[in-house]
Amino acid sequence: MFDYKKDFPILNQKIVYLDTAASAQKPLAVIDAMSDFIKHDYANIHRGIYDLSQRASDRYESARETVKKFINARNTDEVIFTHGGTESANLVAYSYGREFLREGDEVVITELEHHANIVPWQVLRKEKGIKLSVVPIDADGSIPIEKFKTAISDKTKIVSFAHVSNVLGTILPVKEITALAHAVGAVAVVDACQSVQHLPIDVQNTDADFLFFSGHKLYGPTGIGVLYVKRALLEKMPPYQTGGGMISSVSFDETLYAEAPLRFEAGTPPIIEAIGLQAAMNYVKNIGLDKIAAHEHSILKYADEKLSLIPGLKILSNAGKKSAIVSFVIENIHSHDAGTILNNYGVAVRAGHHCAQPLMDSLGVSSTVRASFGLYSAMEDVDALAAGIYEAKKIFGN
Amino acid sequence: MDNDLRELYQDVILDHGKSPRNFHAMANATNNALGHNPLCGDKIDLFLSIDKNNVIQDISFQGAGCAISMASASMMTEMLKGKTTDHAVKLFHAVHNMFTSSETDIKDCSVSEDDMDRLTALSGVKEFPIRVKCATLAWHTLDSALNNKKS
Ligand SMILES: Cc1ncc(COP(=O)(O)O)c(C=O)c1O
Repeated sequence: MFDYKKDFPILNQKIVYLDTAASAQKPLAVIDAMSDFIKHDYANIHRGIYDLSQRASDRYESARETVKKFINARNTDEVIFTHGGTESANLVAYSYGREFLREGDEVVITELEHHANIVPWQVLRKEKGIKLSVVPIDADGSIPIEKFKTAISDKTKIVSFAHVSNVLGTILPVKEITALAHAVGAVAVVDACQSVQHLPIDVQNTDADFLFFSGHKLYGPTGIGVLYVKRALLEKMPPYQTGGGMISSVSFDETLYAEAPLRFEAGTPPIIEAIGLQAAMNYVKNIGLDKIAAHEHSILKYADEKLSLIPGLKILSNAGKKSAIVSFVIENIHSHDAGTILNNYGVAVRAGHHCAQPLMDSLGVSSTVRASFGLYSAMEDVDALAAGIYEAKKIFGN
Repeated sequence: MDNDLRELYQDVILDHGKSPRNFHAMANATNNALGHNPLCGDKIDLFLSIDKNNVIQDISFQGAGCAISMASASMMTEMLKGKTTDHAVKLFHAVHNMFTSSETDIKDCSVSEDDMDRLTALSGVKEFPIRVKCATLAWHTLDSALNNKKS
């Protein structure tokens, strides 16, 4: 039987945790790896000539190697450690975008995007006079590939999109979209924040140019993210932040920057967090992403079936291909009221706009209730969710 | 259902939440403000018609949000119609204190018994700290509307 709840100490308490898309809980393997590293091998990296610093540097670089394998990058130096998915998105826009976009160029995003993949492009729009085109969703929350074909033109220089929507769970076909981008000479940026914990990532197979995610949604720690950049692009990109660690030499007249990836890791990086992320990736790999995906799929199917039986409840996430998220609204019950009542029954869900206000507008709602699943989720969690919703309906008299 | 939840979703709150009173726009408003809670998306557009003696002749609102924010706005309009702006300011501070201090005592601001009942109904929110901002949105909007005369 697929049962890994016991690996997650926090889930020993009485809680039905259905907010994994916001952040995943951490298995003991991650907690122990970080704490052991702090106890035995921690120092700043790439600086000390002493053994401990060397050991810490080796461990940090071995974490980079683990990430490289996890996403099947060709080269280890294509993996940049950032402080999170949001910083990764900013790095793409403010290093690559700012350097290479010209007035009149187009950046294509989708209606599904998280604010992290909208706002940096809006800043560049204001700064450089680029155009931001938005690929619209269909009523079921999916985006047919034809709509990308329509949106992408000769003017398109960047196509930046979520692999999986954080609100609707919709899965977008990375390989096809990337091919469309490449056909007009544009680069493809993949926001994998909601996919890396559910689906296999293969940057060589999909040929993505940039791909990013956060550690904390992948059962790893907060404070670390990853940005993959294809080497040919990496070499042309100017630094994003400047300071220590990213230089090869500094005088007051001139500074020479280090090679990538260190050029993009200014300051002391998230060293302990990198060790935690490595442990998280190993943990997930040991279970097997295919097994995790199959388990989550069965939970999702059960949730979709069970919730759709509730009168007055409308599921908004109905794309044919979707990942472990169900987003819904309940007639006459605002999502915050539903969230408060569910919380009272020990069920933790997200209620709100999920940092995707443009998507809310397009769905014609101001907020939704979102239940999201992880490898530790169980059928009973869905039962508790449904029971809580019936209680909410009772309180609201409908 | 536990007691706190019952306190929060009392009949009067559910009733006002479902059928908010004075829920419409106002063409001849003298004061107006838009209250927005960016975290949860609740929105309240508040209209006041204040005469030269500083009496609130009419008050209404439009908007969307959870039961708590709608009920709070609805009851607020009921409490303020026909009252002076001085009284409104006093009430705003009383409500603010009610939610921010551990003192639930609001007796000293000379509110009527009906108003006291309304405020008591709202006070159930105190047990749900993350929902307090839902209950206070209307009142903060009132505060800015009073300072925001339409030209
Ligand atoms: C699709 C998507 N992109 C980007 C982000 C931003 O990630 P973080 O908040 O970890 O920086 C999130 C997190 O909610 C997300 O779901």
